[in-house]
Amino acid sequence: MTKVAMTLNGKKVQADVEDRTLLVHYIREAQGLTGTHVGCDTSQCGACVVHVNGKAVKSCSMLAAQAADAEVVTVEGLAKGGDLHPVQAAFREHHGLQCGFCTPGMIMTAVDMINRYGGNLDEKTIRHELEGNICRCTGYQNIVKAIKSAADQMSAMKTAAE
Amino acid sequence: MGVEGIGARALRKEDKRFITGKGRYTDDIVLPRMGYAAFVRSPHAHAKVVSIDARAALEMPGVDAVLTGDQLVADGIGNIICGWMIHSKDGSPMNMGAWRALEPEIVRHVGQAVAVVIADSQGEAKDAADAVVVEYEELPAVVDPIAAMADGAPQLHPEAANNLIFDWDIGDEAAVNAAFEQAAHVTKMEVHNNRLVPNAMEPRAAVADYNEAEEHHTLYTTSQNPHVARLVLSAFYNIAPEHKLRVIAPDVGGGFGSKIYIYPEEMVCLWASKRVGRPVKWVCDRTEAFLTDAHGRDHRSEAELALDADNKIIAFRVKTVANLGAYMSLFSSSVPTYLYATLLSGQYDIPAIHCNVKTVYTNTTPVDAYRGAGRPEATYLVERIMETAAREVGLSPADFRRKNFIRSFPHQTPVIMCYDAGDYDATLDAALKAIDYDGFAARKAEAASRGKLRGIGMSCYIEACGIAPSAAVGSLGAGVGLWESAEVRVNPVGTIEVLTGAHSHGQGHETTFAQLISERFGLDTDAVSIVHGDTDKVQFGMGTYGSRSGAVGMSAVVKALDKVEEKAKKIAAHLMEAAEGDIQIEGGELKVAGTDKKLTFTEVALAAYTAHNLPEGMEPGLKEGAFYDPTNFTFPSGTYICEVEVDPETGKTAIISFVAADDFGNIINPMIVEGQVHGGLTQGIGQALLENAAYDENGQLITASYMDYCMPRADDVPSYQLSTHVTECPGNPLGMKGCGEAGAIGSPPAVINAITDAINNNDLTMPATPEQVWQLCQGSMKMAAE
Repeated sequence: MTKVAMTLNGKKVQADVEDRTLLVHYIREAQGLTGTHVGCDTSQCGACVVHVNGKAVKSCSMLAAQAADAEVVTVEGLAKGGDLHPVQAAFREHHGLQCGFCTPGMIMTAVDMINRYGGNLDEKTIRHELEGNICRCTGYQNIVKAIKSAADQMSAMKTAAE
Repeated sequence: MGVEGIGARALRKEDKRFITGKGRYTDDIVLPRMGYAAFVRSPHAHAKVVSIDARAALEMPGVDAVLTGDQLVADGIGNIICGWMIHSKDGSPMNMGAWRALEPEIVRHVGQAVAVVIADSQGEAKDAADAVVVEYEELPAVVDPIAAMADGAPQLHPEAANNLIFDWDIGDEAAVNAAFEQAAHVTKMEVHNNRLVPNAMEPRAAVADYNEAEEHHTLYTTSQNPHVARLVLSAFYNIAPEHKLRVIAPDVGGGFGSKIYIYPEEMVCLWASKRVGRPVKWVCDRTEAFLTDAHGRDHRSEAELALDADNKIIAFRVKTVANLGAYMSLFSSSVPTYLYATLLSGQYDIPAIHCNVKTVYTNTTPVDAYRGAGRPEATYLVERIMETAAREVGLSPADFRRKNFIRSFPHQTPVIMCYDAGDYDATLDAALKAIDYDGFAARKAEAASRGKLRGIGMSCYIEACGIAPSAAVGSLGAGVGLWESAEVRVNPVGTIEVLTGAHSHGQGHETTFAQLISERFGLDTDAVSIVHGDTDKVQFGMGTYGSRSGAVGMSAVVKALDKVEEKAKKIAAHLMEAAEGDIQIEGGELKVAGTDKKLTFTEVALAAYTAHNLPEGMEPGLKEGAFYDPTNFTFPSGTYICEVEVDPETGKTAIISFVAADDFGNIINPMIVEGQVHGGLTQGIGQALLENAAYDENGQLITASYMDYCMPRADDVPSYQLSTHVTECPGNPLGMKGCGEAGAIGSPPAVINAITDAINNNDLTMPATPEQVWQLCQGSMKMAAE
């Protein structure tokens, strides 16, 4: 067993877990945050994407111990108070989800994508960047629309703030 | 949300919990003292189980129990059933082999479970499952259904000689033979419909909790139809009587058919929870899902189309072999029969059709309904042979189809179905216009100038869904009726709960069902909640599959709303001393026509519950239920056109554009319908270009992970251009047709017809991988050079 401490959605947390515990299981089981999902066992589907120190990571592809002392953000940590993150709001506005299972990973990937590209995201880039996230319900069209819309909105907000 | 009635693009009420990580799926459920199950699975496709030695596993940390098939059988747990009886053409019933949830004697496909470990954690359970020593005696395996029927092939079940499950016919063979004698032209082809794995993103899961004091089981599970699960678990598997068994399907992450069935694992968890005296949880790995979720499709067909001198179709003859895998899954027998051959008339007036279907056991994962279930197989066959015949006789694909369209309704086909309404010209016209069909030649020439091969292909599909009139399906062998139930509970404060037997696993019922109430009573959709997925809350229901939630499930809600409205009007008339016929409902108020007298819906609801002043003899309360049995299938139809560009150097196909013109009848929420079409089209394009469940000759599934089975990703598919045309369905009160499967049904032949057009070679089979397309391009170029 290993004691693993980290900052999870802004709160300091710790838990004793088996050495082999993956980050996704630490988040879901040791911390009880079940928004992060497991959809495969080969790090292909992307349902488990979270942010580790500001970067999108498939949380099934690293040990919890590797995230010791890191800043980890999950889908539960995006909304501020009652206000949805613009990417969350855009997924709803554009019907970018159906069964909701891939959605947390999609949203975390999208936030990371927008952080990296800002307002310079076009459909082709978004589709390419989504190669690590599988959705079986939506056919991706409305996910792409949602990400483009959130990117445009966030970039406009940033410009307005500057 | 506001008042959002029929036709509104209402945003989804359920989204907030999903986008904030607050969904509640089965794997999110944790109960005190819960143990975890891990299954010991056969690595062989066909083998005798000689011995199972669990001694080492039982010594491992955290291990509670190792249970085997012998114990399951000794406890009287029943075999897994197939719920649809099909008789062969000689009148004999289908040959069904025994399927046990844990197999004690002979395993028949890779991944079949022989034992289960229960331990304190998932990791410990999996470690111990690896330590269970099973001695097998390997038997020869067969994976090809044609080979399986040959004399001397390995035999799976003693009940099925030559592995033949049934040999079934539909249509008038003599009339078809006579018509072929007269044919001016006959088009023949062989078509293979590739095997697919449904791949809902949420893997199957179960949490079973037995309460010894109450002798009561609770099962949380990833089900599309919790009541059907309870019925089968109770009536056939002897888990517990229905009143001692509660099945809850909470948020479910996609189904596509694969979560209809009652699988071994869920049933073993229920049984094991009682045996070990603690709650038991099982969560499927993705590779386990590939090996054990029911697969889809897998048909091999020969088809012949007979035309007269005017290019009118005079007869259609089809022979199909359907691979059902190692066992007969719950609805497996209905898929290649009544859900398939009954659609072979397509959108066309064909006087005579005959189809023979042979279903076969092989050492592969069982096959059952997957999005479309039989109709994609029929549509692929019909639309490929239509395109091929048009090319052979030198007509444009659109003109040949138009020449043969059905134009008067109702239309009785020679294969059972009676089409109630449609306008096939309208959707064909819309699709041709949307894709600028007339401009294709110029686009093809431009692509050729860049060394690329452009092709265009269409598919005019029809399907039958809204499954289905109970008496009709009963007469065809179904073990259940396929009605739906609803209950509308108006609370004393005027808010409403709608209980439905339909189950949402992505379809958005919490929104669309609420729109019906908003429409009827002028209430805010926030005042309505939809209750589903729990056998303790909803009395009964048949669940969601076969695009039935709207046409069947909502129709039941409408019937219950009629009753609520009638009673509310009676109360309002009584309170306002008006005639019942003068009461109108508008904007959440009950008004007396032509006066300023009115009561809010809330006031009427409260009056119903205080019961201080009700009409003489009226019972208190405002709650009504209804059962709705559909009068016919519904028949969505449409035209899909796909334009592709093939790179002959690499064989890679790019979809340049894809247009869909659908007729779904009346639409409750266009946003949700569009989402259904996007998803269906993507699954169909996945089948056409990418997906294939492949076995080696020993029965190993060589595509058992996302590293090997090619799921459509965002950059594999285009943005689709959609339109709808409405012919109302006369068979249900809302005039709706199903929309959930059409995309997956109609799209594969459009893609393949486009590629064969591009490469000028019709020998293409699904999936059209770059390697296959490249090979055919080489052949075409060689032929052109000679």
